[in-house]
Amino acid sequence: MGLLAFGDTGWGDELFYATLMTIAVAITALLIGFFLASIFATFKLSKNKLLNLLGGFYTTVFRGVPELLVIYLFFFGGSGAVMFVAKIFGYDGYIEVNAFLTGAISIGIISGAYSTEVFRGAVQSIDKGQFEASKVLGFKKKIYFLKVIIPQMLRLALPNISNVWQITLKDTSLISVTGLVEIMRQSYVAAGSTRDPLFFYSFAGILYLLLTFLSLKIFNRLENHYGKGF
Amino acid sequence: MDLMLESLPRLLNATILTIELTLLSLFFGIFVGVFFAILRTSNKKILSLFSYYYSYVFRGTPLLVQIFIIYFGLAQIEWIRESFLWIFLKEPYSCAILAFTLNTGAYSSEIFRSAFETINKGVLEAAKGLGLNTIHTFFRIQLPLAIRQSLPAYGNEMILMLKGTSLASTVTLLDLTGVAKHIISTTFRPVEVFIVAGSIYLLMTFIIHNFIKYLEKKYSYK
Repeated sequence: MGLLAFGDTGWGDELFYATLMTIAVAITALLIGFFLASIFATFKLSKNKLLNLLGGFYTTVFRGVPELLVIYLFFFGGSGAVMFVAKIFGYDGYIEVNAFLTGAISIGIISGAYSTEVFRGAVQSIDKGQFEASKVLGFKKKIYFLKVIIPQMLRLALPNISNVWQITLKDTSLISVTGLVEIMRQSYVAAGSTRDPLFFYSFAGILYLLLTFLSLKIFNRLENHYGKGF
Repeated sequence: MDLMLESLPRLLNATILTIELTLLSLFFGIFVGVFFAILRTSNKKILSLFSYYYSYVFRGTPLLVQIFIIYFGLAQIEWIRESFLWIFLKEPYSCAILAFTLNTGAYSSEIFRSAFETINKGVLEAAKGLGLNTIHTFFRIQLPLAIRQSLPAYGNEMILMLKGTSLASTVTLLDLTGVAKHIISTTFRPVEVFIVAGSIYLLMTFIIHNFIKYLEKKYSYK
C-alpha cells in the first residue's frame, strides 16, 4: 500500500490528480459532443437532402472508425492545422496544441456522433400531436422547441445519454497515447518507474470501475427525478 | 494523393492482421459469452454472481486497461512465467486476442442472456409437453431462438470489436491502426492516411452491417 501513499514517497496524489484530469476531459468531451450533436441531429432531421447526407456522413464515419485512429488524426494533425492558420496571419514558428484540448476535441467528436443518434431518436419519439397542439395554442416555434420539445427530449434521452457518458469516460483512456496525464498515462509512468505494472494497471481498472459505478448512481437519480409524473 | 496510393498496399497488408484479430476474438468470445450467459441464469447464487461481476468488471473498465494488465501485468507473476501459459502470454498477439476475447465475451454474455430471457415461457412448456429433454430443448429450441433474437445487438458488438482491435497497436502489433500511426508519424501527413485507413475500416463495418442484415432476414420468423 506504500505505493499509493500521498506525497513524495508514493503515487497516491499523482493518481488522484490524474483521476480529476480523466473526469475533466470526459466532461469537456461530452459537452463538445452535445454541442455537435445538437447541430448534426438537426441536420439529420431536416428536410434538406444535403444536410441529411452531412449528418449521416458524420455519424457513420465517427462511429465506424476506431477511436485511436481519430486521436492520431487530431494529435498529429492538430498542430499542423493551427500552424497553417497561424501562417496566414503571418506567424511562422512551431505551435504545439494543448494535449487536453486535442484529447477533448477528438473524444468529443466521437462522443458527438453517438449523441447525435440519441438526440435524433429522442426528438422522433415525441408525439406529433404536441406540435399541432402548440401551434393551435399559438406558441412560437422557438418557445415550442425550448419549452415543449427539449424538456421531454432530455427525459427520454437520459438513459441513452448515460450510455454515451460511459463510452466517453472509457474512451478518455486512449488519450494517454498523446501524453496527457490522466489515469492511464499516470499508471504507465508509475508502472514504469516502480516495475509493478500489475498493481498500477489493476488500480487504474479499479479507479475506472469506481467512476463508472458513481456515474451510474448519479444517472439513476436523475432518471428517477425527471421520470416523475410519467 | 501520391501518399495515399503509396500507403495503400501497406495498409491493406496490415488489414489482414486486423481481420484476423477480429475474427479470432469474436469466435472465442462467443463461447465465453454463451458460457457466462448460462452461468448467469444458474440457480446457484455464487455462479450467477460470478458471471454478473465478470461482465460488470469487463464492461466497466476501458479495454486498454485490460490489455495492459494481461500483457504487462501478468508477466510480473513468477508462477505464470514458469508455467506453460508463458508460451502464450509472452506474445503480444495472443495477449491481445485473450484481452479482446474476454472483453467481447462480457458484452456478448449480456446480449445472449437478455435473448434467452425474452424466450416465451410457453415455448419451453410446449417443448416439455412434447417430451424433449433439457439438452434437446436447449440446442433445438432455446439456442436458435436466442441467436435470432440477439443478431442486431451482436452485430453492433462485432463492429465494436473490429474497432477495439485497433488497441493491439498499443502492444507493438502492426495492425491497420498501428501501421497507419507509423506512416503518419514518419510523414506527418495525418489527413491522407486517416482517409485511407478510415475508409478500410468503414468498408469492413459496412460488410459486417450487411452480413447481419442478411442473417436477420434469413432467420426471420416470417
